[in-house]
Amino acid sequence: MLSFIASRLARAALTIVFVVTFAFVVLRLSGDPAMLIMSVDAPPEAIVAFRKAWGLDEPIWQQYLAYAAKALTGDFGNSMRDGRPAIELVLERVPMTLAITLPAFLIKICLGIPAGIFAALYRNSALDRLTMMVSVAGFTVPSFVLALVLVLVFSVQLGWLPSSGNDHWQSAILPIITLGLSGAAILARFTRSAMLEVLGQPYIRTASAKGVPWHRVVRGHALPNAAIPTVTIVGFMIGSLIAGAVVVESVFAWPGVGRLLVSAVSNRDLAVVQAVLLAIALSMVAANLVVDIAYGWLDPRLRRGRAQH
Amino acid sequence: MTDIATQLPTETEPADRHAGMKRFFAAYPPGVLLGLSWILLMLILALGADLLTPYSFTAFDLKARLQPPIGMGGALNHALGTDELGRDVLSRLIMSIRMSILIAFFGTLIAACMGTLLGLMAAHFRGKVEAVILVMIDFQASMPFMIIALSVLAFFGNSIVLFVVLMGFHSWERYARISRGLALSANEQGYASAVRQLGAGSGRIYGRHVLPNIASTLIVSMTLTFPEIILLESGLSFLGLGVQPPLTSLGNMVGYGREYITRAPWIMLAPSAVIVLTTLSISMLGDWLRDRLDPTLR
Repeated sequence: MLSFIASRLARAALTIVFVVTFAFVVLRLSGDPAMLIMSVDAPPEAIVAFRKAWGLDEPIWQQYLAYAAKALTGDFGNSMRDGRPAIELVLERVPMTLAITLPAFLIKICLGIPAGIFAALYRNSALDRLTMMVSVAGFTVPSFVLALVLVLVFSVQLGWLPSSGNDHWQSAILPIITLGLSGAAILARFTRSAMLEVLGQPYIRTASAKGVPWHRVVRGHALPNAAIPTVTIVGFMIGSLIAGAVVVESVFAWPGVGRLLVSAVSNRDLAVVQAVLLAIALSMVAANLVVDIAYGWLDPRLRRGRAQH
Repeated sequence: MTDIATQLPTETEPADRHAGMKRFFAAYPPGVLLGLSWILLMLILALGADLLTPYSFTAFDLKARLQPPIGMGGALNHALGTDELGRDVLSRLIMSIRMSILIAFFGTLIAACMGTLLGLMAAHFRGKVEAVILVMIDFQASMPFMIIALSVLAFFGNSIVLFVVLMGFHSWERYARISRGLALSANEQGYASAVRQLGAGSGRIYGRHVLPNIASTLIVSMTLTFPEIILLESGLSFLGLGVQPPLTSLGNMVGYGREYITRAPWIMLAPSAVIVLTTLSISMLGDWLRDRLDPTLR
């Protein structure tokens, strides 16, 4: 088990190094930030001074090493727009994002998993059909369309809820519903197919054939086995608690991390984009790590030897 | 397809029309047929966009601004209404369909080719090449692609070619994984080594023997990637970071119509409906194809 965890940790660390490198290479080689931030007719000595101030005149590998060393100490540099530390800008947005993604996550779990389980247990019933219809809709309706339809109904037509901003607590309702519904639909679909897969296995037939009551077959044999694939998708949802609301935050003008990323990207604010990227990567990698370890706990076969790709 | 022929009754009973219809609809469910017709319609619109648009998609008609569509009090000359510059929504919609379908088509093609090639390379060379490709797969799978795309896009500027190539990076790892796994198991089966014994080169083995055997799985995956790229493209264009004006795409139209949601909801409703119906149709077709073509994914 220990070597299993160690190999997962190594992979997680490798992914983080990859993200840092990716962020640095892509963002730094893509264009001359000095020319983008300064106006076209800025005096050449001002551009030189800007380059020197931001370390843009050094060789790229030195910039990378300096950047990586700083990143390790939590220093991602300052925002090129307002000069504040990028990490500070990101961290102050995290609670705002969590304020909508955490309740949405609860909706996903409480709605999606039971719906998927019952749809599989009562296959081809009206409940199953309804679940499948809703979950197909959840996959095919993009979140911004769902968001705009909700705005159209609840803000424009009925006038019950604010359509954007974060002045009242009611402003959070529509973003939460948008995120929760589409996630619940996806989760229900996954849970249902995982359950169906397990229910078709011979050991389920064996258990019911030897006279175990059906509810105990479901609880003792079907649910634990169906949990394994479901944990993957739940883990991904935990990982995207910070990253998963980019579009929805933009629709509802919710001042979270996603909106910060979009505006930093359109302003080409390198430091902020890198800080957001790393925050998101860290949360994704941490969630993946937890999922991998949960796998080992749920499925003893995986503890030994390498997991299959 | 071929198994329909084998399912048809061979005995010379008096032909029962209803049974025939039932069998037909069992093989081709109405949902799949509807989806197929919708996809065909979209393809016709995309291919014939220049002939089918009633107006130029950039033509202003300032006298007919924010004119509602038919059914909301509009007139026949602008069937789906106009936007705030008096541009015909139907014409813009058709051009948007063409743009979104083109991007999704080339994106899917790039992802499938690149991913399959990398997967086959990993299976063929093993060792270091495989390790590097696996790390890349891990990286791609562990980051939400939306985030990767956002940073790459805004920092490389935004040309349409770059955008299409970027969409092609979406889900390449799925093909790489599938083709690697299937090629590894194909190599263990007798036919690949048999052909190798006969003196065939690697190119021939993979191109003529392994690839045809894994093609159906790859094709089914493409029906998953295509709608995903449509959704991704429209999401990015909605944020104003995808297809840039004066070009137009479905997400672009929704994002633009959002500002007129109270006064002119039709600007955003028409492209939204097209996005939903198209992704729905392709997913249904994909599910159906998977059931018919590919027993391994069932």
